[in-house]
Amino acid sequence: MKSVCFYFKIHQPFRLKRYRFFDIGNDHYYFDDFANDEIITRVAQQSYIPMTETLIQMVENSNREFKCSLSISGTAIEQLQLYVPEYIDLLKKLADTGCLEILAGTYSHSLSSLEDPEEFMREVKQHSDLIKRLFGLTPKVFANTELIYDDEIATLIAAMGYKVILTEGAKHILGWKSPDYVYSAISAPDVKLLLTNDKLADDIARNFNNTAWDEYPLTADKYVDWIASLPENEQVVNLYLSMDTFGTFLPKDTGIFEFMKALPYFGKEKGVAFTTPSEVTAKLKPVDALSVAFPISDIDEARDVSAWKGNELQNEALGKLYGVAERVSLCQDRRLKQDWEYLQSSDHFYYMSTKNMADGASHAAFSPYDSPFAAFTNYMNVLADFLVRVEEQYPENIDNEELNSLLLTIRNQASEINELNKEVKNLRNNILNADDSTNAPKEELVEIAEKDDVEAPAPKKRGRKPAAKTTAKKSKK
Amino acid sequence: MFGWEFPPHILGGLGTASYGLTKGMHANGNLDITFVIPKPWGDEEKGFANIIGACNTPVAWRDVSWDYVNQRIGKVMDPQTYFDLRDHIYADFNYMRLNDLGCIEFSGRYPDNLVEEINNYSIVAGVIARTVPCDIIHAHDWLTYPAGIHAKNVTGKPLVIHVHASEFDRSRGKPNPTVFAIEKDGMNNADHIITVSNLTRKTVIENYGIDPAKVTTVHNAVIPLDEETLNLKRTETKDKVITFLGRITMQKGPEYFVEAAAKVLKKDKNVRFVMAGGGDMEKDMIRLAAKRNIADRFHFTGFLRGKEVYQMFRDSDVYVMPSVSEPFGISPLEAMEMGVPSIISKQSGCAEILDNVIKTDYWDVDAMADAMHSIISNKALYNTLRDRGIEEIHGITWEKAGKKVIDIYNKVIESRQ
Repeated sequence: MKSVCFYFKIHQPFRLKRYRFFDIGNDHYYFDDFANDEIITRVAQQSYIPMTETLIQMVENSNREFKCSLSISGTAIEQLQLYVPEYIDLLKKLADTGCLEILAGTYSHSLSSLEDPEEFMREVKQHSDLIKRLFGLTPKVFANTELIYDDEIATLIAAMGYKVILTEGAKHILGWKSPDYVYSAISAPDVKLLLTNDKLADDIARNFNNTAWDEYPLTADKYVDWIASLPENEQVVNLYLSMDTFGTFLPKDTGIFEFMKALPYFGKEKGVAFTTPSEVTAKLKPVDALSVAFPISDIDEARDVSAWKGNELQNEALGKLYGVAERVSLCQDRRLKQDWEYLQSSDHFYYMSTKNMADGASHAAFSPYDSPFAAFTNYMNVLADFLVRVEEQYPENIDNEELNSLLLTIRNQASEINELNKEVKNLRNNILNADDSTNAPKEELVEIAEKDDVEAPAPKKRGRKPAAKTTAKKSKK
Repeated sequence: MFGWEFPPHILGGLGTASYGLTKGMHANGNLDITFVIPKPWGDEEKGFANIIGACNTPVAWRDVSWDYVNQRIGKVMDPQTYFDLRDHIYADFNYMRLNDLGCIEFSGRYPDNLVEEINNYSIVAGVIARTVPCDIIHAHDWLTYPAGIHAKNVTGKPLVIHVHASEFDRSRGKPNPTVFAIEKDGMNNADHIITVSNLTRKTVIENYGIDPAKVTTVHNAVIPLDEETLNLKRTETKDKVITFLGRITMQKGPEYFVEAAAKVLKKDKNVRFVMAGGGDMEKDMIRLAAKRNIADRFHFTGFLRGKEVYQMFRDSDVYVMPSVSEPFGISPLEAMEMGVPSIISKQSGCAEILDNVIKTDYWDVDAMADAMHSIISNKALYNTLRDRGIEEIHGITWEKAGKKVIDIYNKVIESRQ
């Protein structure tokens, strides 16, 4: 019995409005509401809604045997809540069938896994909290932004407690190996890796509507046949597809929805199950450990991260953005935090790519800008204003080292407090166990605990003081 | 080939383009080129084309000795050519104002009696056409179209005209009827028309009503700069320098540069703006800069020549060409080769072939100011545009353009047979 896992990806960034340098310091709203509204509404009408309805039907018609999974970014959810709230209800309906698994990921579809491990962990947590709150599901399988993955990222993900990661079945990593097995991560042996089968996914995404293709037209019968006739040991086929493939790139009248609806029937006939990654990995053992020294992704011909980090412009923008990550994490301002989130979306950097040839066309197709230079200019203007706002909260003249040492003390103190609390608890238990004879020791302990409480906020105060001092000095000059 | 300007004595881009193209065609080999200009100075580069000066071509018989001719024009032209030309005088032009050699004087510039000079040029072309055997006649820009037509009538050889600019570009859509008539006449008589950009091609087809099949675009290129120019030392300045370089005329959109400068200076005081070049709108621009209250940071250099131009590029951090309508515009290519990031208007022909520049609409002062600010404040953008710009320019050569022109020649000659 072979298993097929469908992963549908939904992501929309908050696109930036045209923001000129003379707006820096004057205008703190960065987003092109009109474009964002227009795009997500259009894509939802054309694709997300009909596709999700199709999926619900498939689940119902197959007696809940058809299962699939969804990778949806936090920014996409926010936009859907704003502009197409009915779609969130539809997704809930699908989630309530119990046949949908939602994957964990980064909140803003960001590159934080490559840039800032702490921010990455924070984003993942924020994302999974949102999923839990909205759909009542706790994500267990991890799919990073565009499946970015390397050995280091694997350890981060493992540290967050995820046991399964979906990533790209990149040819240059696999070599002769097939993506249709479960692998494990070499840097985190407990973590199972699922790899996408690009060939079979492209047969749907790119070739379904391609009359020049020698297998055209693709029927559900034929497609399931291909999967069923894979070598016997190949147990799982992972198909990672952007949700807007269905309905947007492959319009309704190509018959794509009918194709999907027919899949479960033929699956049943030929012994192919449509299931979720959690179920698959529960059954299968890894056949081998994979080592990925340099990050891979599912974008562009090279399947690496050059789409976002391929030129000096992108690196500059990323460097400037993540340079303030620590300061932002100290901020309490909600709007600032929100902007921070939206500015991280990988799309902004994707638009700045100066690749030409085949990839360039797809970069340009998605970009709201004339040229990568325009994308860079606009983003840097917005970022400049954002940095000014961060600066207002945490002036730059406390240098990062000072800040780091303060952060370290705060963090250390937090863990110290935890330890002390534990100790207090232990002692308290001991005392209770020791048949409370005297009250005196108890009081002492309470005193210690109180002291800790007082100490905790103190470093924060200290953190702000130097800032105040230095600015005071400056103004005197 | 008939041209009006030739380096190093140039007044605009026409001379550079004619020179580059001729050189590029020569590099493709198997081609004898005779290049006619109104007034050679003797310091033009030789070797790839035989240069004949219209001002040294006799149109009336004068009995002069070889030595006398050699002494008079020897440094510009081989005296033998003079005598060859003298043998082909076809009418008596003694009623005209001629010099001791029986030649008409030319200024080689754009004088007030330009139309008269163009006419004289075409008289001379008759003599040259009778003297120098050719297979094809190539006329650069409207000034030489009448000469081209004349030569075509004399020799019966096909005429190719090269539109470097049209009257619609120069006048922002209000053409001078005399010039328009000369251009239209040239296009009607031409066997093929070469334009320097698709923008110009469109103008030729739409505004002059020419059959599209007869019009082909050959984009201009850039002549690689010599080591000396590339190694020019930068004059150290504290401030960033943003430069406009070109004729200060309506066509070049200088006022948009001033307006954008005002916007940038409102935010960032550590920038200087330079408007290099001369032209009929210079005074207006000085006034406008004063009115915008930026005169302390906005400088005028007057007309720059030769090396001064490249020194100006070298001292610039950004080059801006906000042309309202630019048939091609070769200066951004030169700026890029010097490693200066450029901002050009989408309405210029070179925007069709350049990738590593910032393109804005000429009227979009906000976008232009934004691009200026972005380049001077983001090192990464500056470096990217600089490095990729140099790389890109090295791929644009006159040799390739010359090859295309030769292909057109062959096609024209073939279709005649």
